[in-house]
Amino acid sequence: MNDNRSVKEKNLELKPSPEKVKIAAFLCKWCSYAGADLAGGSRKKYPPNVIVIRTSCSARTNPLFVWKSLEKGLDGVLVSGCHPGECHYSEGNYHTRRNFAVFRKLLEYIGIEPERFHMSWVSAAEGDKWAQVVKEVVKTVESAGPNTYFSKKKEDNA
Amino acid sequence: MMKVAYYPGCSLHSTAREYDISFQLVCRKLGIELQEIPHWVCCGSSPAHVTSHLLSIALPCKNLILAEEMGLDTVVAPCAACFNRLKIAKQEVAEDSKLKKEVQEVLGKPSAGKIEVKHPLQVIIEDVGLKKVEEMTRRKLQGLRVASYYGCLLVRPPSVINFDDPEDPQSMDNLVSALGGEALPWAFKTECCGASFSLSETDIVFELSGEILNEALEAGAECILVACPLCQSNLDLRQKGIEKRRGKKFNLPILYFTELLGLALGMSMRQLGLSRHIVNPSKLLERKLAVT
Amino acid sequence: MARIGVFVCHCGTNISATVDVKKVAEIAKGFPGVKFATDYRYMCSEPGQDLIQKMVKEHNLTRIVVAACSPSLHEKTFRTCTQNAGLNPYFFEMANIREQCSWVHDDREEATLKAIDIVKLATAKVGKNNPLQTTFIPVEKKVLIIGGGISGIQAAIDVAFNGFKAVIVEREPSIGGRMAMFDKTFPTLDCAACILTPKMVEVNQSDLIKLYTYSEVEEVSGYVGNFKVKIRRKARLVDENKCNGCGTCWQRCPVRLPSEFDMNLGKRKAIYVPFPQAVPNVPVIDQKHCLYINKKKCGICKKVCPFEAIDYEQEDEVIEEQFGAIIVATGFTMFDHSIYGEYGYGKYKNVTTGLHFERMLNSSGPTGGKIVRPSDGKEAKKVVFIQCVGSRDEARGMPYCSRLCCMYTAKQALLLKEHNPEAEAYVFYIDIRAAGKNYEEFVERVQDEYGATYLRGRVSKIFQRNGRLMVRGCDTLSGTQIEIDADLVVLATALIARPDAIKLAQMLHIPYDQNRLFTEAHPKLAPVETVTTGVFLTGACQSPKDIPDTVATASAASVKACGLLSHEKLPIDPQIARVDVEICSGCLACKEVCPFGAIEKEEIVDRVTQQKRWVAKVAPSLCNGCGACNTACRPGAIDLDGFTEEQIFGQIESLTADKGNER
Repeated sequence: MNDNRSVKEKNLELKPSPEKVKIAAFLCKWCSYAGADLAGGSRKKYPPNVIVIRTSCSARTNPLFVWKSLEKGLDGVLVSGCHPGECHYSEGNYHTRRNFAVFRKLLEYIGIEPERFHMSWVSAAEGDKWAQVVKEVVKTVESAGPNTYFSKKKEDNA
Repeated sequence: MMKVAYYPGCSLHSTAREYDISFQLVCRKLGIELQEIPHWVCCGSSPAHVTSHLLSIALPCKNLILAEEMGLDTVVAPCAACFNRLKIAKQEVAEDSKLKKEVQEVLGKPSAGKIEVKHPLQVIIEDVGLKKVEEMTRRKLQGLRVASYYGCLLVRPPSVINFDDPEDPQSMDNLVSALGGEALPWAFKTECCGASFSLSETDIVFELSGEILNEALEAGAECILVACPLCQSNLDLRQKGIEKRRGKKFNLPILYFTELLGLALGMSMRQLGLSRHIVNPSKLLERKLAVT
Repeated sequence: MARIGVFVCHCGTNISATVDVKKVAEIAKGFPGVKFATDYRYMCSEPGQDLIQKMVKEHNLTRIVVAACSPSLHEKTFRTCTQNAGLNPYFFEMANIREQCSWVHDDREEATLKAIDIVKLATAKVGKNNPLQTTFIPVEKKVLIIGGGISGIQAAIDVAFNGFKAVIVEREPSIGGRMAMFDKTFPTLDCAACILTPKMVEVNQSDLIKLYTYSEVEEVSGYVGNFKVKIRRKARLVDENKCNGCGTCWQRCPVRLPSEFDMNLGKRKAIYVPFPQAVPNVPVIDQKHCLYINKKKCGICKKVCPFEAIDYEQEDEVIEEQFGAIIVATGFTMFDHSIYGEYGYGKYKNVTTGLHFERMLNSSGPTGGKIVRPSDGKEAKKVVFIQCVGSRDEARGMPYCSRLCCMYTAKQALLLKEHNPEAEAYVFYIDIRAAGKNYEEFVERVQDEYGATYLRGRVSKIFQRNGRLMVRGCDTLSGTQIEIDADLVVLATALIARPDAIKLAQMLHIPYDQNRLFTEAHPKLAPVETVTTGVFLTGACQSPKDIPDTVATASAASVKACGLLSHEKLPIDPQIARVDVEICSGCLACKEVCPFGAIEKEEIVDRVTQQKRWVAKVAPSLCNGCGACNTACRPGAIDLDGFTEEQIFGQIESLTADKGNER
């Protein structure tokens, strides 16, 4: 537990600003992750707010992961896969599309700002598009501001 | 009694009076009530769509709105160009919400979407039915050899018109057969007649309409059946000139299908306004059908 | 408790220029479970890898995180390094702080903060990695080749040359496919039969190649190394073992029918071999038209057969065989030009296709090598060729270029002139695409030496006048309209996928594109592989191909197949789905979403109730590890090694550890 304290101290040293939104991106390893790599290879600049979690396929991204991310206080989530019809596993992203169409409705119903959840299709050849997607997602999430939905709830309950 | 809105367009009130007359007579006989759209305006024709796309859509839309306001569900347009413009406008507005908005702004009214646009041929074949037409025939056509000429606008573009075959249409041929005539198979049913070049580039019309006349004659036609005022006028009005240029006699009467239908239903040439044609059809019709 | 070592790479200055790597390593030391962290100039270099192995020993590390480039570059390198350090190779994770951090950000502080997060993510995951073992499956040393055209024939010959067994399943009564129908081949003008038939005979005589003609693949199950395939052998009504192909039966058969092989230009009998050089040289009885089968009359073939090979009672037989690999060589079919009203909807007899013309050119064909008008059999002197019929036509045909039409049309124009120097050849084209060895020169020769008239433009209309075909088109180069009265029109119709291509694709679990052409695993780097391991593509079932390309892909596919077969056992990626039968409720929602048919139901005896119940079971060799099943599983009984729920939830929590505290 000593370790954790030291992390905090050092983080303070680097001064992460509390207003900066933090976004998790679940990328399939075949298309979107490779697209993000290509963006790097071609030195496309984009904001640093998005941290990538690599998955096998966008269909692996359980809506629960998105839920958990928001519940734990992340400000936004992006799920990205191959273009429909180009899935490495031939049909995984169709499942993704269906799963999250329903999930989006659930978020709406609960009252979480739709600006916090995003989906995109980025192929391995679309480094440009990845940079663009990140820019747009960050902008939209910023418009919604920090995610206080669950922390507020906690306070209310207390 | 079937009631439809009637959009005559400019031709049927001027150069193609006989088309108007014969169509109205035939409709009365077949139990179709035509109600002319009050205050109808120009369909835009070719000039509109070469100058302003919005104008070319808004003009027909205006007519569609007027027709819809009459409380009718079908509008019939005998001129192939009017028919074509009305169909295209309806489809474009239905598919393009931005255009729809613009048209609404221009016209100050929500655009019509429900009313169906039909050509008289459609009404006769689809609504009346050839069987009924055949039953009502008083004067069989006695094997009159007819080349049906559809022109370019009546069946094309197929994605919009969605009526008959775009390359080898059959509706007029089927009508001819039902009336006891001989519908000739030929290849120039949808070739261009030269259309509005009749005024500006007459040579082109001489060339193109000449081809059509020649092909019809080669196919053995005694007359050509049309469903478009401009086709009629090019083939009829320019026939003498074409004959002179090609050094070949055609002497092919150019009849509206409504005229032939009227004759078959028992009307006289005089009633149907057949005297208005340049190439006189009376000799042929007297000889073949014993009409006066 | 895992003891994690973190190694942060400078990548020269690729990373260290934007990311404070020392700081990252320093802070990583504070992450849960991290016992050691350092930075190094080039982690992938030999000293870098030595450093990892040394530190594993020194600090007793059990898990490794390397913060460097993308896993697509060096995951394999470091996995091997981890293994060499004495750890399970899957006790390793990569933190991508180059492609997804240092290269895309300019602000040093922001980039360093992000790199810290990325490393934190990796350490959170690696602690939860399971030790995985690569498993092996045995390999059946036999290749199934579906389709017996030049593609399948070449593949079979190459497989046999490599010493493996091959089985060709061909739908038609004989192998040979389309190439057998051709007269000569461009650009060398080799006679097609002269170069094809020796190969057909080779296939027939090889001890390693088995032919199932007049047969179809009905069902495919199993997986690479072990495909189980059901093959329907349609009833030939002729015993292949007894018949020696003497031909007495078909000479005496009274039923005359249009010959499919001759594009209906010639006749065949109700008992027939499609063409004289057929392999096997054993006839089939056309059950639809045979008088005996339909009316119990005739029976002549049975009476005259000296070997008693005719068996009217024979029935379809379904056999099952196992294969280590499958090569798909099902070829193409021709686009039906009857949708083109301007070409007469297919109703003019003298408007034919390239294949018809090919049969007419053939001296053993239905016209004895004479170019005639099908309408009256008179010699055709003026021939108009129209290219791109159904190709490059998004509205009514296929959007793609069929690739060979330019060449075979040129060849046909040349042969027309050779058959009759008086003949006139006109070719309407959009563009000439003659990209191939000696192809352009060939097309030039056809124009210059043989005087074929090439007209750049489309044909707007074909109609009949006085019994002749009038072809009206435009010549865009001179800007004039052209009308040619032709004896014969030859349409270069598009090559398209076979109508039942989708059925086969679904059987084999291989993807197909919007044109129903089978899709390769990678258009450049894996052109004959498919995403289903062990299934390979060759020839025109993948995209239109001429003979050289077809033969090349056939050889490539057979090399790939033999490569698989050369192993006694095949390793399979252990990062696949796994079912916890204790939690599985047996709903099989996972089975529904699995694109590979890798999930089956299995009966087990419940540990607690001692009663039988169904659960899901993953076939390791079929599972590709996509994880669609994980998301579909309601009780969370199915998990994906390498991307487990625990790992991903751990990653999410690590990212939000400080966030939650702040707010």
